[in-house]
Amino acid sequence: MACFLVPAAEAVITTVASKVMQSKESAPETVHISLDGSTVTEAVKTPFSKKLKWLNNLLWGGSALLAFEHVWHGEVVPWFPFLSAASNPSDAAEMLHEMSTAGVTMAVLVTVVWCGMLAVSNVIENRAVKSAALLPSSK
Amino acid sequence: MTLLTTVFAAIICTIIWYRNAPKSQMKIGILCWMYWGASLMWLVDAVFEYAEIHDEYFTPAPIDMLNDFYLGLSVVALGLIIWLVILLAKDPKGVVKSVLFKKKI
Repeated sequence: MACFLVPAAEAVITTVASKVMQSKESAPETVHISLDGSTVTEAVKTPFSKKLKWLNNLLWGGSALLAFEHVWHGEVVPWFPFLSAASNPSDAAEMLHEMSTAGVTMAVLVTVVWCGMLAVSNVIENRAVKSAALLPSSK
Repeated sequence: MTLLTTVFAAIICTIIWYRNAPKSQMKIGILCWMYWGASLMWLVDAVFEYAEIHDEYFTPAPIDMLNDFYLGLSVVALGLIIWLVILLAKDPKGVVKSVLFKKKI
């Protein structure tokens, strides 16, 4: 009914957070890495604000396509109050219930997947740095 | 069916992104984020629907499947349009700029 509004609201918050972080972040850390296990290159670490943008993209992209689905099903309309369920109290209650169950679960799942991506990217980054440290050319 | 269509679109876009990364300027990543985000959200929708109607979820009426597939294709098309607009607006290869400006001979 309007479940996409919950991830969209989270997207607004994370977008603001990433903009604030980006403005406060210092110069990215320079490290020596090895991408292929044989040569060492100098690179800068991806800052957290950029990683937060991954979450923004997932949330905004998903919310936009889900909003289209709701338009398709006539749940989002181009006139006030824009949500067909908001026009009567019983439908509004059902809509709020759906937002608090499916909507919140959507936002949580996307965030959990992003946390997984963060963990995997950290492992890959650390492996690349360690691999460079083991190569003789890095000494 | 909408979920399945979006998941396939997400997988195809991710493969294309990986094949051409990191040199590609086509911004395929935008499509990946959009389709994966929508897939995750529709997965939640599917789980909630399954909890409500149980086994019926896996035996939809052909007309419902067709309608959902039609919706899925429309969603994929909308994603492609959004990507195209962003690509042309950001113009990473400078193609639009070169059309708008002609070098003085």
